[in-house]
Amino acid sequence: MLQTNLEHIESEEQLKELIENNEKVAVCCGRMGPMCIPVYDIFEVLQEKYSDIQFQDMDFDIPDAAIIKGLPECRKFWGLPYTIYYRNGKVVKATSSIQSAKEVKSIIDDVFA
Amino acid sequence: MQKFDVIIIGAGPAGLAAAIYTARAALSTLVIDESSAGGQVKTTGQVANYPGFVEPIVGHELAGNMRKQAEKYNTNFKLAADITALYLSDQEKWVEIDDEDKYTTEFVIIATGSSPRLLNIPGEKDYKGSGVSYCATCDAEFYKDKDIFVIGGGNSAMEESLLLLQFVKSITVIHQFDKLQAEKITADKVTANPKVNILWSHEPRAFYKEENKMVVEAENLKTNKRVRLERDGIFIFVGLVPNSTFLKNVPIQLTEYGYIITGPQMETNIRGVYATGDIRDKRHKQITIAVGDGTIAALEVIKHKLNELS
Repeated sequence: MLQTNLEHIESEEQLKELIENNEKVAVCCGRMGPMCIPVYDIFEVLQEKYSDIQFQDMDFDIPDAAIIKGLPECRKFWGLPYTIYYRNGKVVKATSSIQSAKEVKSIIDDVFA
Repeated sequence: MQKFDVIIIGAGPAGLAAAIYTARAALSTLVIDESSAGGQVKTTGQVANYPGFVEPIVGHELAGNMRKQAEKYNTNFKLAADITALYLSDQEKWVEIDDEDKYTTEFVIIATGSSPRLLNIPGEKDYKGSGVSYCATCDAEFYKDKDIFVIGGGNSAMEESLLLLQFVKSITVIHQFDKLQAEKITADKVTANPKVNILWSHEPRAFYKEENKMVVEAENLKTNKRVRLERDGIFIFVGLVPNSTFLKNVPIQLTEYGYIITGPQMETNIRGVYATGDIRDKRHKQITIAVGDGTIAALEVIKHKLNELS
């Protein structure tokens, strides 16, 4: 159970609906660990700055997280969290492990410009 | 340009403690952080030595409480903000963030703390999260029954190794010295484990990936000969570095390692500029000490503001 102030994605259907109905979506899939918490926190801050982007999270250990783990872009990932950026329903960027606010903002400016 | 009574750079325990005091004293207070609030505490699993909590408190909860407490007294926050320009002198102080917003003040408290050190060698960034990790708690299970490297021989390296040993098939520790720097009790537990071997007096020079294996090119510091070794993954725990690079154009006195030199009241060589927490040159680095530093700096600022008014 993630203890963040982000909206939690709890099922495959919820994720599909989210990316179908929103042009720009960023999902951080992880646990409450030291590499994941900073990314959730950065998402919380950035969702105030980027109102056109949906920032949400997903518990890495729920069965429906298989939809993230099974992405081809995540096949070689061996570090939490998995952070996925969707645009118009398609994955446009995926990162593994901790990212700084600067790195996340750089990705956002690149893929969601 | 917006003016605040005090600007605090860094939103870890030192910065938040300072903010709680200055904001409660009705000083307009701005806290700036390049990330979110909480500093290293938010990534600490359990904090068992912070007074007032009989049972250990989860790090991110403690950090969250500190931020809420600062917010309650009307502290202003600019988080995930890059400092793009900074001017600090005895007479004038201002901070520009994200190339757009500029804030001026009479008092600055620097509380930017420290971060895990990177090796900064070829391949390290390229394979972060896909072969290179900095967190056993987070990533150990990806390496179940695998052979891995641990880089480092200090306390964090050995403590993380003990956790990794519950998952992995073997650990090869690569350490630059010919003895471990970790506390003996922890180091002995690691070295006594038959799954551990140690490559003494070596330093990694580059990481590669060949098929599914991570390759470390390491140099023997005594003979300068290089060896190539391959395992399934690499965990790096090589200490901390002060977050002081943003001060490179500021005439503030730093130690050779980049820590800020302060006096007993947290004052730096620039009038009205204080440094608190892990960025400050001192022997011990603890949450309680950071909070104490922040409190002292805040009380100094409050005292000066009161003197101005009287």
